[in-house]
Amino acid sequence: MAVSPDLNDSDLIQLTDRGLYCPAGDFYVDPWRPVERAVVTHAHADHARRGMGAYLAAEASREILERRLGEDATVEGVEWGRVLRFAGRDGDVQVSFHPAGHVRGSAQVRVEGSVDGRRRVWVISGDYKRAEDPTCRAFEPVACDVFVTEATFGLPVYRWPPASQVAEEILAWWDANRAAGRASLLLTYSLGKAQRALAELAKLTDRGAWLHGAAHHLTEIYRRQGVTMIPTQPVAGTPKDKEWAGELIVAPPSAYASPWSRRFGELSTGFASGWMRVRGGRRRRGYDRGFVLSDHADWPNLVRTVEETGAERVLVTHGSSATLARYLSEERGVDAVPLETAFRGEAEDEEETAADDGGGNDGGGNDGSEEDGRNDGDGGEGGETPS
Amino acid sequence: MRRFADLYAALDATTSTLGKVAAMREYFATAPPEDAAWAVYFLSGRRPKRLVRSTDLRTWAREEAGIPEWLFKESYVAVGDLAETVALLLDRSEEEGTINNGQADAEEASPELARLPLSRWLEDHVLPLRQLDADAQREKVTAWWRALPRRQTFLLNKLLTGGFRVGVSRNLVARAVAEEAGLPPAVVAHRLMGRWRPTGEFFTRLLSEEGGDVDLSRPYPFFLASPLQVEGAGGVAEALGEAGDWLAEWKWDGIRAQVIRRGSTVFLWSRGEELVTDRFPELAEAAKLLPDGTVVDGEIVAWADGGPLPFATLQTRIGRKKVSDKLLREAPVALVAYDLMEAGGEDLRTAPLSRRRQTLAGLVEDPPGFHLSAAVEADGWPELARLRDEARQRRVEGLMLKRLDSPYRAGRKRGDWWKWKVDPFTVDAVMIYAQAGHGRRANLFTDYTFAVWRGEELVPVAKAYSGLDDAEIRRLDHWIRRHTRERFGPVRSVEPHHVFEIAFEGIRASNRHKSGLALRFPRIARWREDKEPDDADRLETLEELLDAYG
Repeated sequence: MAVSPDLNDSDLIQLTDRGLYCPAGDFYVDPWRPVERAVVTHAHADHARRGMGAYLAAEASREILERRLGEDATVEGVEWGRVLRFAGRDGDVQVSFHPAGHVRGSAQVRVEGSVDGRRRVWVISGDYKRAEDPTCRAFEPVACDVFVTEATFGLPVYRWPPASQVAEEILAWWDANRAAGRASLLLTYSLGKAQRALAELAKLTDRGAWLHGAAHHLTEIYRRQGVTMIPTQPVAGTPKDKEWAGELIVAPPSAYASPWSRRFGELSTGFASGWMRVRGGRRRRGYDRGFVLSDHADWPNLVRTVEETGAERVLVTHGSSATLARYLSEERGVDAVPLETAFRGEAEDEEETAADDGGGNDGGGNDGSEEDGRNDGDGGEGGETPS
Repeated sequence: MRRFADLYAALDATTSTLGKVAAMREYFATAPPEDAAWAVYFLSGRRPKRLVRSTDLRTWAREEAGIPEWLFKESYVAVGDLAETVALLLDRSEEEGTINNGQADAEEASPELARLPLSRWLEDHVLPLRQLDADAQREKVTAWWRALPRRQTFLLNKLLTGGFRVGVSRNLVARAVAEEAGLPPAVVAHRLMGRWRPTGEFFTRLLSEEGGDVDLSRPYPFFLASPLQVEGAGGVAEALGEAGDWLAEWKWDGIRAQVIRRGSTVFLWSRGEELVTDRFPELAEAAKLLPDGTVVDGEIVAWADGGPLPFATLQTRIGRKKVSDKLLREAPVALVAYDLMEAGGEDLRTAPLSRRRQTLAGLVEDPPGFHLSAAVEADGWPELARLRDEARQRRVEGLMLKRLDSPYRAGRKRGDWWKWKVDPFTVDAVMIYAQAGHGRRANLFTDYTFAVWRGEELVPVAKAYSGLDDAEIRRLDHWIRRHTRERFGPVRSVEPHHVFEIAFEGIRASNRHKSGLALRFPRIARWREDKEPDDADRLETLEELLDAYG
């Protein structure tokens, strides 16, 4: 991991081989190697990794983080907008969390401190989106000097239809499969996207869905916290001879064509992801249907967000970082450079990520049911890719 | 065009053959015949001559979208399909709050245009583009882009750029039409051959019992052989039974052709259903000696002194529309005839091969440059297996095995015709460049360049993109992204680390390549993870092959 020449020793935030570091406050933001103090934007595996001494996060994501990181992790939750002060070399460093709209509890981290006698404000936005999402607080633009943005979908071909319309497509697909006596297997990431789809569906139907273990516990947390979704039950523990025709099952992408999904008999598979905007993305994986539903900002909203922050410098991470940075600097007159990080955003390739992260071991879906153990347990939760 | 867009979406939304046939039948049953004719035309892989230059199309699209050229290129690389890239870039529907992503096109900016039937679109708007200059074309096309919802913009772009690929083969189209009409699929497949114009009348005839008037030039569907993958004589015996039931011929290394002599005219069709009569004037002239009502299946082969010349010689003739006397002398060709579909104006395809061959032998004696593809005489499978090993010396690709009592079938039907090719050459080479693929492989590094050693240097010898399974492609893609050395546009140079066994069919000298040679039909046979880059082959090894077989 090359240290970016664009960040230097005098910056408020620096890029190290462990991640983004604030020397004045002695903490890391979303570090990818173990450190003492980690400020995390959200609970997806490439942002909140195991093994940190202590975690600081938005209060709204605390319970989800604890679920994902395991019980021995020390997680402190902070209310939206509350300012924490860290003693630093040049006076104090202020840290606060602001909604990022990506998944429940996802935050932008605002860091303010003095550099060479000047007050500087950085915002590290983690993953974010601007589209409406009934499961989490909407993104709030935060004025800053330096803005760290993602660019998972940093190409102008990526524009999202309204989620309500995508939910109608999902329901129509489910209805058609019901009529044809098939099960519907909806593949989504287990944290965030699954609940968002269930919440959007709740505006259209009150039929229930079945959940892979990876999504089940997280969905229960969302429900407890007051998110309205269609009724759900875990697949784990259902009798072996259950008839699945007409049912909707929500599972992580790793369940596709797996032994776990064989039980459902004849089925149609749909994948909900921003990548489904492009035909090749779906056909390559052999899914029957693709639903364009993403928890990341699309191209127009990436550009709009960067401009709304008023930042004079923009650092771009994830995916098409070089493309977005070039566009911002050449076409929009923003001082923008790509920043090499270990974040992946909505990875196109599930297996790749699962292998890298080593899979989760909190046994998310293992309810003691033998048949579900392996796939429910580590197919998804800990090792899964964020969306 | 909306209904055709619905058909396209339905075909695109299923991976099942039955589902695709059902979707097409539904369309053929309900669409006006003149629209159905155009649908058959495009779905079966035909396309009008180029209407607009694709570089123009790109320029107009990128200026409409208001993005710089490099950003258009990057978008195209990520999407892998020009028509789709343009449709996505120009899609403003979300901003307007309209719906058009999956199922339905809701509000259209221009209902009249969006509702125009496919045939009217093509005949009144799209095809007349060819008569316009670039500026006038641009005015029309950009106006359509602004008026149409995304799915129709995508289809319109497909019509403009040609090339519909939705996992539908021509045979599948024929099957859907045949089921709808209650006709045998082979009859419909035959009616879809050769030259026809997509009109309502054509479609009605296509579905009719008698098929209407016959076009003299119309070829029969080619019968295609399947590869025989067995080990040695024992394997063949097990797969095919008695050697006496089979005709063995050399597998000629040329281009497949159908010679039609009807109504005092000669038509020469390639397997891709291109009329190539003018490219092989000597064969066209000679074919006039065939009796009227004759259709011969065979191979055009570069030929001199009673035997084949290297394929590279034939290549100098392919694609040349004007044939000079010099070229005729330097690259002489012959038609090696192996089957007879029609004699005396009568369709012979249901007669057994042995009888067809008997008649054929008499017919091809006269025309100069026509030869019968002689039976390879052998005493049983072991001797044939031995003869097959001589294929390279004889400049043929192996053996063809055809069941003597079989009819002439349409398309690729397993069982009666087998190609028993000689094993390919192989070389172990190191991957040095990678490039993203197109279409369903866009965004994945699937096209690789391989090199062998010349001294301490790796020189590229082949590009290949097939032969790995999806899991291997993803694993390699992952590795490439992490081991990129340099980027040149869409191409990345990678660390020389992975060794692959590359199979190829032939080798020839080439001054266009740094290595001085070119491999024919290279593909990945195996990922040799057991080998280090140092274990890869040296250029000398290929040079020896070139000396022996080039």
